[in-house]
Amino acid sequence: MKPFETFSGIVAPLIRMNIDTDAIIPSREMKSVSKQGLADGLFSDWRYESVESRKENKDFILNQSPFNQATILLSGRNFGCGSSREHAVWALSEWGIKVIIAPSFGSIFYSNCIKNGLLPITLDENKIDLLEGFVSIDPLKNQLSVDLASRIISFGTETIEDFPIGTKDRESLINGLDEIEQTLDKISLVNEFETSHKAKNPWL
Amino acid sequence: MGLTLFEKVWNQHSICNLGDGNELLYIDRIFLHERTGSIALKSLEERNLAIRNPLQVFATIDHIVDTFPGRDDETLMPSGSDFIKSLRKSAKQSGINFFDLDNPDQGIVHVVSPEQGIALPGMTYICPDSHTCSLGALGTLAWGVGSTECEHALATNTLIKKKPQLMQINIDGKLPSGVTSKDIVLHLISEFGSNGAKGYAVEFTGSTITDLEIESRLTLCNMAVEFGAVTSLIAPDEKTFSYLENKKFAPKGDDFLTAVKEWGELKSDPEAKFDKIINLNCSNLTPYVTWGTSPHQAVPIDEIIPLSEQLNEHGERKSMNRALEYMDLSEGEAIKGKTIDAAFIGSCTNSRISDLRAAAQVLKNKKVAKGVKAICVPGSSQVKKQAEEEGLDKIFISAGFEWRESGCSMCFFAGGESFGHNERVISTTNRNFENRQGKATRTHLASPETVAASAINGKISQASTGIES
Repeated sequence: MKPFETFSGIVAPLIRMNIDTDAIIPSREMKSVSKQGLADGLFSDWRYESVESRKENKDFILNQSPFNQATILLSGRNFGCGSSREHAVWALSEWGIKVIIAPSFGSIFYSNCIKNGLLPITLDENKIDLLEGFVSIDPLKNQLSVDLASRIISFGTETIEDFPIGTKDRESLINGLDEIEQTLDKISLVNEFETSHKAKNPWL
Repeated sequence: MGLTLFEKVWNQHSICNLGDGNELLYIDRIFLHERTGSIALKSLEERNLAIRNPLQVFATIDHIVDTFPGRDDETLMPSGSDFIKSLRKSAKQSGINFFDLDNPDQGIVHVVSPEQGIALPGMTYICPDSHTCSLGALGTLAWGVGSTECEHALATNTLIKKKPQLMQINIDGKLPSGVTSKDIVLHLISEFGSNGAKGYAVEFTGSTITDLEIESRLTLCNMAVEFGAVTSLIAPDEKTFSYLENKKFAPKGDDFLTAVKEWGELKSDPEAKFDKIINLNCSNLTPYVTWGTSPHQAVPIDEIIPLSEQLNEHGERKSMNRALEYMDLSEGEAIKGKTIDAAFIGSCTNSRISDLRAAAQVLKNKKVAKGVKAICVPGSSQVKKQAEEEGLDKIFISAGFEWRESGCSMCFFAGGESFGHNERVISTTNRNFENRQGKATRTHLASPETVAASAINGKISQASTGIES
């Protein structure tokens, strides 16, 4: 996983509640047994006039300049609810999204973000309104800057400080660590636990 | 201080504390399907990582396989067979338990799991599928994960997890005749929102829950994820124990007796503390139907779609307007009596034998209304076999339903079979999202009884009131 670095980027406000992972990437866009090649299917029901022709729907924000260069998504409550498909995160990342800011997230989606270097930031609706207002004045110029190490979002001369993220999640994102390798380093603890656990539950 | 059921199971599986509230949890069993399991297994192979305990891992084919009679690996979904073949290859190489298409125990992952005794009380259990929370109905600590976490569990038998907050939902009252656990859960979500249990693991308690049979509990817990919950649990009881006795992967003989003794301890202590408590009484509950594109947009079948002025929040009103436009409905309109194009009975929510029996009871000696496409997809090959032994297939077929092979089928559109553009479908599934069952398809979620009654009338109808004039 690539380490998450401080950056500034264009913000696309896609303010809708309950944007589910079926909407982020419809099942029929998950065409191969692979974690790649999914950006083309991102939001395909909304992004294309017809899914077959792939003709862009000009009304959809990610098809409009400068939002087609966005790296930060602002959204509504319960973003990423629904299916557990990690393809939703792979598609967003591959398309270029690095940060999603929403009042709340689907819990599996949130975990999937952390595992793939995508930063989910939970902010109150009024703060999201504030950011939306700032961006809408001049979306190209009014970018957000996200500093994960200090948990600060800067916009213009203002800042939002101490945005919530777990210490371990933050470290995982900053260091791009592989959790399987980390756990395999502790496998003797697992072996020890398993021996007594299976003695108690011999049917396992 | 007393402990909750959740805490008891969690503590029994905590290997060590990793700081910042994270614990390394032992995962007892893992279940995979071809849609997401194929990717997790392939990814492990590419990294040269072995499955730590193949016998604690199970896999089935359900998500994109066709459900037409005589089906094989080839699917209507372009490239669907790649997923089936990839899972089969990985499963055979790794030696995990595999329910292939020709296996008499094949079926939808969350139907097969309780049916075969794979999910058991007090176990930790994961599956790369959001409806894994269904298994909480047996007292299993089960939840859905993404592919990366699944790979972690396959390689190490562990996951790194933070303990969620705990919510008790206490439900009392005798359910009126014809009202089901599907109606309870739609009622709950409509009252408290699709975000209502965000960050919580939910334990369902109360006399209504005790009265529910295991399959009804599975339906209730299935939709906890639509309530935003991390997962849900119900304390195992005598019904659970007798349900699990003699299941293929459940303990046998003396082991079963030992297990039942331990499982009997799996309940929240009287003095256990929950972070939040919700109390509901369901003695006057009526059947529910969704009108929108999120499961919380639901009303009792006799009531009208709410007026937007009743919603006190701008975001909710905006979401409602968008949903009504998609569904081609208006605020204040009655939901009962809306003409339907199709009826679907199936999915991990409502495709078990009791669901098919309930629907068949409504369909007996009746015919599906002209022009309504009606499909029944049993949840597993075992459910299908049992239904056929009871003659339920004949009732469905003579009413005008298609009788299918088991699988997830048209619960979602994966590029193969789907309902049509702008078609209105009443469905026993769990998600009424935009385009979920087909491009521009309009889904109404309801119980098997309501779906069966609506199929007969050709419009959204309540079973207990019979055919309307």
